[in-house]
Amino acid sequence: MEVSSLPISASHRGKLISAGYSSLSSLSSVSPSKLAQDLKISENEVLEILKVVSARKWVDKIENRSHAIMNGAQTAWDILHEEESSICITTSCSDLDEILGGGIRCKEVTEIGGVPGIGKTQLGIQLAVNVQIPADYGGLGGKAIYIDTEGSFMVERASQIAEACAEDMLEYNSLLRKDSQACRVDKPPKAFMDNIFYFRICTYTEQIAVVNYLEKFINEHKDIKIVIIDSITFHFRQEFEDMALRTRLLSGMALKLMKLAKKFNLAVVLLNQVTTKYNEGSFQLTLALGDSWAHASTNRIILYWNGNERYAYIDKSPSMRSASAPYAVTSRGIRNSASNCKRVKLM
Amino acid sequence: MANKPISEMGLPKSIANVFAARNIITAKDALSLSEFELMELLDVGFEEVMLAVAHISEITCPPYHTAMSLLEQRNQNEYLAGHLPTRLKGVDAALCGGIPFGVVTELVGPAGIGKTQFCLKLALLASLPTSYGGLGGRVIYVDVESKFSSRRMIEMGFSSFPEIFHTEGLAQEMAGRVLVLRPASLSEFTESLQQIRVSLLQHHVKLLIIDSMAALTSGEYGQGPPRHHPLGWHISFIKSLAECCRIPVVVTNQVRSQGRDEASRYIFQVQSRTDTMEDPSKFDSHLVAALGIHWAHAVSIRLVLESRSGQRLIKIAKSSISPSVGFFFNITSSGISLLSDEGVEMMGPEANTIHCQGLI
Repeated sequence: MEVSSLPISASHRGKLISAGYSSLSSLSSVSPSKLAQDLKISENEVLEILKVVSARKWVDKIENRSHAIMNGAQTAWDILHEEESSICITTSCSDLDEILGGGIRCKEVTEIGGVPGIGKTQLGIQLAVNVQIPADYGGLGGKAIYIDTEGSFMVERASQIAEACAEDMLEYNSLLRKDSQACRVDKPPKAFMDNIFYFRICTYTEQIAVVNYLEKFINEHKDIKIVIIDSITFHFRQEFEDMALRTRLLSGMALKLMKLAKKFNLAVVLLNQVTTKYNEGSFQLTLALGDSWAHASTNRIILYWNGNERYAYIDKSPSMRSASAPYAVTSRGIRNSASNCKRVKLM
Repeated sequence: MANKPISEMGLPKSIANVFAARNIITAKDALSLSEFELMELLDVGFEEVMLAVAHISEITCPPYHTAMSLLEQRNQNEYLAGHLPTRLKGVDAALCGGIPFGVVTELVGPAGIGKTQFCLKLALLASLPTSYGGLGGRVIYVDVESKFSSRRMIEMGFSSFPEIFHTEGLAQEMAGRVLVLRPASLSEFTESLQQIRVSLLQHHVKLLIIDSMAALTSGEYGQGPPRHHPLGWHISFIKSLAECCRIPVVVTNQVRSQGRDEASRYIFQVQSRTDTMEDPSKFDSHLVAALGIHWAHAVSIRLVLESRSGQRLIKIAKSSISPSVGFFFNITSSGISLLSDEGVEMMGPEANTIHCQGLI
């Protein structure tokens, strides 16, 4: 019954079916005035319905052409080519970048979770700064949206990290471009701070509203390449007696964020908290929001303590294997852990 | 913003009426339903629903700021860019100025370590007039365990600022700015919070101290860990108070011993589970902060006070601007004073563990 799947109002649908129009072809041969008479609605409303029908028929026609490739599909080769030429957002820690396959990828939703104090917000702020590294230094040269649900974003810290990044860029510039006087792209810390758009969200309604609004916002402000939500959990953890509603809202939000990532070719990073789960005879730590949420993100990274060091573990990724890497939180931001002693690589 | 009625959002008349007819009054009602559910409920086409939801979302969404504008705002409008100095040089340096405005700072430690002393000193510092380096405003002190001692606070004042306090009437003026509330139960506390919100802006309150948060729930736990944290609402309310009014909020927390079933590992860390299982004696001396992991996520700065072999130590355990560093201190007539301004670096998760050796 094709008519029952049209995106028109329920009463119009009901009227069409009871008047005997159950397939799209039956609507193509009837005049608007006759339809208005049969359904007992105005001609304007009939024209609206016919507009929806013709849009649907056009889509069907393309799908039915047997010699054409499926509408909307992309070949795996094209996707591979796209992925290889896309630039990842570095985390400023080369070990972490390595297990991530280069860094945080665009067009994907990455979830990062951990106990309080492990460095989730630090990583979020570092990514908001690193996405702005200009293309000459191997970065994306984009802007960042930081959605703060807990009030954990501290501007002074963002300023510290931005300054450190600018200093690193200057150092890299002087070291490797000594011979050529090629473009010296100076990026003062102030410029970094100007390109971080900060939203403070106080309820789950505002959280849903901002995710809905992001599409329009990103259309207006070009070049946004990362959306960080810190944290998605906070407003969904208390005051929800209706767990079914919570699951619906969360999955709706996850779908919209995934759509945004693909449509605008940006990275979405969601920071999550931890909770305990009873598993195999003991309590284990696990990321919050439940098992159904676990499917929502493309990649999942867990930050944890291993002895005295901070480690990151790839819990779920379609292309990278599960591995751990150490990292450190320093006054300049996220860096390699001191025990490995590698230089910070910008490219 | 979430409770703004849809009728006032500037939607086209026809659709606004439909929303009202179906009893969808606020943005919260509308956004809690998916677009398809709305389509069925309101009996309108998909396009119209999408447009209406987009419009509602745009109005409900709070305005954005660039990080730069936030920084400039703070530097211009606030005392020391939004910090309350504790007068402990090492701690202030590590915290980039002092206890930050707009976030919740937690003080956790075993009994008798000096949490209340620290709070009394902070209350004193906030009530000092701005010309003497204070915040020049009122302080609301929620004293759950009846530990507030105004005599001790004034003694601290005389000790630390002798030249100021000997001025006539200043002690009275400052003690007059500290308002002490003594809620006897969780429900009274909830009511007082609502009142506090109203008076915060009206009466120039510059600091809120809650001493202690854990005492409010200690009598009220049922069997086993509750599904929803009993203080869940209070935690977000206090955070929102701190942010809207841009004041520092200091909360003290108790400690309890770590239970055997306490989760501390992820599922992929299984291999090292055996060594923790074999050392049951460790659990009894292992203290953790009360109120659980949900609370731990909600605070922005956590200061841990503990004692090691008789020496008292204040550690910055969780802070987004400072590294984990600890300072040895003593309790003196002027409150807390650091033995040295050079901090001792705390490695790894050690900053979060709480020792209580040799205090008595």
